[in-house]
Amino acid sequence: MIRPLALAAALLPTLAQAQTDPADWDAVLEAARGQTVYWNAWGGSTTTNDFIAWVGARVAEDHGVILEHVKLTDTADAVTRVLSERQAGQDSGGAIDLIWINGANFAAMKQADLLFGPFAEDLPNWVHVADGPAVRTDFTVPTEGYESPWALAQVVFMYDSADMAPQPSMAAIADWAAQNPGRFTYPQPPDFLGLTFLKQALVELTPDPALLAQAPTDASYEVATAPLWDYLEDLTPNLWRQGRAYPATGPAQLQLIADQEIDLAISFSPGEASAAIANGQLPDTVRTFVLAGGTIGNASFVAIPYNASAPEGAMVVANFLLSPEAQLRAQDPAVLGYGTVLDMTKLPEDDAAGFAALDLGIATLPPEALGTPLPEPHPEWMTRIAEDWASRYGTAQ
Amino acid sequence: MIRAVPPLTLLLLLGPVAAGLWGVIRPAFGVLPAAGFAAPSLDPFRALADWPGLGAAVRLSVGVGLLATALSLALVTLICAGWWGTRAFRLLQRLLSPLLSVPHAAAAFGLAFLIAPSGWIARALSPWATGWDRPPDALIVNDPWGLALTAGLVIKEVPFLLLMVLAALPQVRAGERLRLTQVLGYGRMTGWLKAVFPAVYAQIRLPVYVVLAYSMSVVDVAVILGPSTPPPLSVQIVRWIGEPALETRLVAAAGAVLQLALVIGALVAWRLGEVVVARLGCAWAERGGRGRHENPLRRVSLVLGAGSAGAVLAGLAVLTVWSVAGFWGFPAAWPQGVGPANWARHGPGAGSAFGQTALVAGIATALALVLVLGCLQAEARTGRRPGASAMWLLYLPLLVPQTAFLPGLQTFLLGLGADRGVASVILAHLVFVLPYVFLSLADPWRAWDSRQATIAATLGAGPGAVFWRIRLPMLLAPVLTAAAVGLAVSVGQYLPTLLIGGGRVATLTTEAVALASGGDRRAIGVYALAQSAAALLPFALALALPALVWRNRRGLHG
Repeated sequence: MIRPLALAAALLPTLAQAQTDPADWDAVLEAARGQTVYWNAWGGSTTTNDFIAWVGARVAEDHGVILEHVKLTDTADAVTRVLSERQAGQDSGGAIDLIWINGANFAAMKQADLLFGPFAEDLPNWVHVADGPAVRTDFTVPTEGYESPWALAQVVFMYDSADMAPQPSMAAIADWAAQNPGRFTYPQPPDFLGLTFLKQALVELTPDPALLAQAPTDASYEVATAPLWDYLEDLTPNLWRQGRAYPATGPAQLQLIADQEIDLAISFSPGEASAAIANGQLPDTVRTFVLAGGTIGNASFVAIPYNASAPEGAMVVANFLLSPEAQLRAQDPAVLGYGTVLDMTKLPEDDAAGFAALDLGIATLPPEALGTPLPEPHPEWMTRIAEDWASRYGTAQ
Repeated sequence: MIRAVPPLTLLLLLGPVAAGLWGVIRPAFGVLPAAGFAAPSLDPFRALADWPGLGAAVRLSVGVGLLATALSLALVTLICAGWWGTRAFRLLQRLLSPLLSVPHAAAAFGLAFLIAPSGWIARALSPWATGWDRPPDALIVNDPWGLALTAGLVIKEVPFLLLMVLAALPQVRAGERLRLTQVLGYGRMTGWLKAVFPAVYAQIRLPVYVVLAYSMSVVDVAVILGPSTPPPLSVQIVRWIGEPALETRLVAAAGAVLQLALVIGALVAWRLGEVVVARLGCAWAERGGRGRHENPLRRVSLVLGAGSAGAVLAGLAVLTVWSVAGFWGFPAAWPQGVGPANWARHGPGAGSAFGQTALVAGIATALALVLVLGCLQAEARTGRRPGASAMWLLYLPLLVPQTAFLPGLQTFLLGLGADRGVASVILAHLVFVLPYVFLSLADPWRAWDSRQATIAATLGAGPGAVFWRIRLPMLLAPVLTAAAVGLAVSVGQYLPTLLIGGGRVATLTTEAVALASGGDRRAIGVYALAQSAAALLPFALALALPALVWRNRRGLHG
């Protein structure tokens, strides 16, 4: 009895390590069948959680892949996890198969060689992707096929049209807040949306935006961020609760708007407000606006850790996320309202017609009104701003 | 074989605590070989001292812990002094089990939904009484002084301490003491405080310490009700653990050691406070005042006690309303629409989390029951009862703050390649479930009239038959109650599930607290209710089953 067990135990690690070549898609599908994929994705938004559950049902149906959503409060948890596994010598059979990732977390994992790949451009559905800087760079870091895009995001501001008018700039928002104290706030950094608010302010206020494309030096950081800190000095006393408390995340702002606690909130998803109105989380008077000088945009990606237990299953999920079916569902404001990464001209006519027919929802701006998204600053800006913000406002009481 | 059970129990109880503390102390002094830190240094403590929020976080941790413990103890003492033996007290007593079993996180959510500026209380009074058509910009929940957090802890610790006092009262012959004071002309409260309280306090000292250690280091309640700029030390430790840079793990370990030192310091300070209060109390008792004007204080204690219980129950009610609410704007007192949509949406997720919760709680409680029964059986066979030091060992896992040893246990298990499974989570839960199961079962088990065993033995029954056919069936009610306590403890565990499970074991508690950050009250309502149900259901069964099984044995209804 003992011997076959010991043999199996000896074989298991080698079996787990035998990763299939992403280019050989049939072999990938073969290996993926029956695999369980642990997708570590931020779990703070119930609409996203529902979408991931739907993806799980669809890949189980089509490919026999079982998808488990590991709900994170912070994507950095997943990075830590992979890092600790490598420190503990666990180079295969890791706990995480797929991560919803971008920005600093991707930069950290790529730099530390913690990622499986390149695989993204071998996915069969890559042919429909709107190829360009939006999907080939992530916060200025080249993706090089180590992560696969699945949604586009762009900053918009959600406002209650019953209480206020759209504002054209960050400066105008500060003026409005001064006249209406306590009616605006942003998620507490290091929440990514809170940091995005700081970056949006930085992009508009900094004297030389070109500096933001490279990693900051001490000198450039000083010069570039000084106007941002001045701006926050003025704004903070006029924030909700005078800046002594902040909502924990983006979705927590929805509850605050519904409770009439605030009138204005930042969002990284042009369709979020429409989706939230549809499921009763926001009043139907909420609309969105973008700033005259443009707003920051980026893509959401999925990446596979180097020691994933089920890289094939993870690739199947990544590929499904790029399918017209999944992209159409993600863009539907009744579901998620995320921007698609697909190029309509590369799609079969039927699929493109589906996108064209989509009702984007009452509070969603049409694509032409959103304007061209501004690029994200280099990830190190965000890291340093997060630290500075924490010592100035996050621990000050 | 039965003699091996007590040592095995101690190993399962203290082994994880010891391994965890070792796994925290080493990295706190810069040694984490797995991450390439080999040389001992004080750098982690320096980095900790450099964190600008440290002073405030420490003040919060200590202040909230001491205040919540003192308030809970004072309230319980005043209620007992003023109302023990009355009809109002019996009503409160009947509410005790449900109040106890509502998990901390669910009670905290309920309280937050009640007292927030946009909460149910403000809605009920707006706009007709307050004139608010928008909630006031007042910092009530997440206030920087931790008052909401303290309130959230008090409403949960009052039922716990009350249960402990009720268990202690017969042991100190409270009724006789009280009658004596009344014969001498003392007022009800004064007599209770002077003659009964000192004896009762000696019995509940350890549970009070548990409340103090818990209140200082709680994470889930602090995430929901506590401040965030900065958070209490325990929450910051968990955040550091979550950061990608490995150096912050060392800082987290240093923070955990500091947390442990703070708890030890607070316990010592509390002990000194006991001495001072005892001196003052003696002088007060010797002055011989019979007590006048007790009635106002009596009434205040009843109002506060009822308020504390009412906050938990009203919190559950508002969670229920949110779980079926459609759009519900301020200042409407009721949602615009009510329907099953939220349950349809979150029900499947909550259902699978319920399954995980039941699996972990069920196995951990079953293990704890087997071990505790084994220990009590060994005690009956050898005739040796655990002494005071053994009681300290039993309480140790409850006194050492979870944030101080669970991170170390996580590293330890990761080193063994054994973490993140359901099995590891069950063993971690066992550490917390076991003491409670032991505490709730030991007294009724020992109180069993052993002459029944003697009679059975004269009729030819061996020790095994006495256990299986007489003692266990006769003690069905207390065994089931102990099981219900164990299940409720396991259901409420947040940090052990989160850290040891590595995110893969999703129980109702971890899911509900993860949802806290998203602020979606409908989803939180569904999860917190499911969580409360998971803890309450066993208590209902523990009451119903003995009555059903022994419907023709009135004396065994428990």
